[in-house]
Amino acid sequence: MHMSAQSNPASNQDSLPGSAEWTPDMIQAIVADLKHKPGALLPILHAIQDRVGHIPEGAVPIIAEGLQQTRADIHGVISFYHHFRTQPAGSHVLQVCRAEACQSMGSRALEAHIRNRLGVDYHQTTSDREFTLEPVYCLGNCACAPSIRVNDRIHGRVTPEKFDRLAEQLTTSTLELK
Amino acid sequence: MATRIYVPCDTTALSLGADDVATLIERHARELGVDITLVRNGSRGLFWLEPLVEVDTGTGRVAYGPVEPEDVAGLVEAGMLEARPEHEKYLGNIEDHPYLKRQQRLTFARIGLTDPLSIDDYRSHAGFDGLEKALNLEPQGIVEEVKASGLRGRGGAAFPTGIKWQTVHDEPWQQQKYIVCNADEGDSGTFADRLVMECDPFMLIEGMTIAGLAVGATRGFIYLRSEYPVAHRILDEAIRRAEADGYLGEDVRGSGRAFHLEVRLAAGAYICGEETSMLESLEGKRGLVRAKPPLPAIKGLFGQPTVVNNVLSFAAVPFILSRGGQAYADYGMGKSRGTLPIQLAGNIRRGGLIELAFGVTLRDILEDFGGGTFSGRPMKAVQVGGPLMAYMPESQWDTPMDYEAFAALGAGIGHGGVVAFDDTVDMGEQARFAMEFCTVESCGKCTPCRIGSVRGVEVIDRIRAGENTDANLVLLEDLCETMVDGSLCAMGGMTPFPVQSVMKHFPDDLTA
Repeated sequence: MHMSAQSNPASNQDSLPGSAEWTPDMIQAIVADLKHKPGALLPILHAIQDRVGHIPEGAVPIIAEGLQQTRADIHGVISFYHHFRTQPAGSHVLQVCRAEACQSMGSRALEAHIRNRLGVDYHQTTSDREFTLEPVYCLGNCACAPSIRVNDRIHGRVTPEKFDRLAEQLTTSTLELK
Repeated sequence: MATRIYVPCDTTALSLGADDVATLIERHARELGVDITLVRNGSRGLFWLEPLVEVDTGTGRVAYGPVEPEDVAGLVEAGMLEARPEHEKYLGNIEDHPYLKRQQRLTFARIGLTDPLSIDDYRSHAGFDGLEKALNLEPQGIVEEVKASGLRGRGGAAFPTGIKWQTVHDEPWQQQKYIVCNADEGDSGTFADRLVMECDPFMLIEGMTIAGLAVGATRGFIYLRSEYPVAHRILDEAIRRAEADGYLGEDVRGSGRAFHLEVRLAAGAYICGEETSMLESLEGKRGLVRAKPPLPAIKGLFGQPTVVNNVLSFAAVPFILSRGGQAYADYGMGKSRGTLPIQLAGNIRRGGLIELAFGVTLRDILEDFGGGTFSGRPMKAVQVGGPLMAYMPESQWDTPMDYEAFAALGAGIGHGGVVAFDDTVDMGEQARFAMEFCTVESCGKCTPCRIGSVRGVEVIDRIRAGENTDANLVLLEDLCETMVDGSLCAMGGMTPFPVQSVMKHFPDDLTA
């Protein structure tokens, strides 16, 4: 692409997951903006999670009313999909690929190292709230395995040492931002 | 005149530091006062060489790779900006590279050559030629070309695309029909859909638009997995640009015919790669599999006639229309016509995208292209076609890549992913993982899949612990049969395939 790094649509990968304080008005505005779309529920849930970082429990009745569905319907959809979370995540959502191509390149040892180093298991957040660890089944980077994803950035050929350097960088730069 | 320098922007190149490489090249050029134009091209799919930097010499593109950020200073010093050969990472003219030269790139003819988001680049490389042809054909004429090509669904099921289009075409036209692209590329070892979307997105837009013209659908959706953030950004921007240039919208290229296209983001459920589950998800529901019939071609999205095809199937269509169905059918063997984009991955020295006519042997891919394992150890097993397909031992590697030849072995080509494992792999663990994956990803609608996979993990654990091994092996065989025969869709119905292949070909690993 003829463009600088700033305007490259493939860039902007270090953006943190949304962390805005949610309000009923915000949820209502998102629902009103998207509910005309056919099959609007997933786009609405994505928009909320992108903005807030998770789907707050209090958003469910607002979505249900906006779409003329039951709260059970909405809850059922949220709980079906691995991507949607109902609790806030840490500053960095860290996904470790557990699928076959990564397994063939040592991902089982890598995931053990990461769990050990962070002191958490999958679906948990570190006590300093820096990392939420999630499993993922394929990031499509299978010729340069093993792969992990941190927020929207994918890293290939990850070794335990490379992970440690990355974790260090991520926690340091977050501190600088504060 | 400014020298054009190319640094790819696909996920793999980015995952290995391509953004930093691009920034450093620009900085060094500025400091040296050398005038360059940096282009972020797509990847050529030679992934072991990424980030692959190319320098346009006016008579060809000279490449260097793999270029890590810390290599840039040395490369510039050794004359990379002048395309000089005095560096160990110098690869010469990239078009002459045997890995590329041996391929038959019909679908992937443009990847890596162009700026993925430049419509001018796309047009100057035969882009939209297929659409121009289609706009001058009757809808039935378009369907006939696709039938003549022999194209079969590249998502894995290999159903003839032309027949599917004919079914939707034959449904009454006075109603809303849909084109849905399955871009939920969830199989481990596959990345060809991603390459289309990140490196040549207009090709997918063109293929879907042609489908819309053929069957009378005015609206399309690309159901894209949320694990592909780069593809998401690039596709959204490509659609915006295609609309601005009149390739999408109310009046496609002044034809008076409408086609609207939208990306819908999935939410991390593997099962939504199954077409009926995907349709449920697009409708805003839990991704539960539907019973068939009715076929999606007759009652699909929102109960309307719907063409559901994989990214690669749509991506093959522009070539088929511009060059004719016969030109595509001239490649291949038996009932497998055209080319197969093979994705070589896992423990392999030279992984990447290899597009070839059907008929090449698996061994040729693994050895001649792949160069053996990445670790340098002996190769032990290969899984072709994703997590629901068999593990193949060396005795089967001389099989030609052909749907029927693989099916005869109880294996499958699926979406064309090939994952290699060296001799450190514990095949018993791989069998267990197949069942475990199904426990995580089953939609839960049918019992053989939902409960069978949980029982599968348990019984494999008992076998591996040496508990009543013989009786438990019989039980596992029975369980596999029940899942194959009793599941509603391929998730439960094919999860046993890798397990059975381990029982058959690597029994010592299972009981060790």
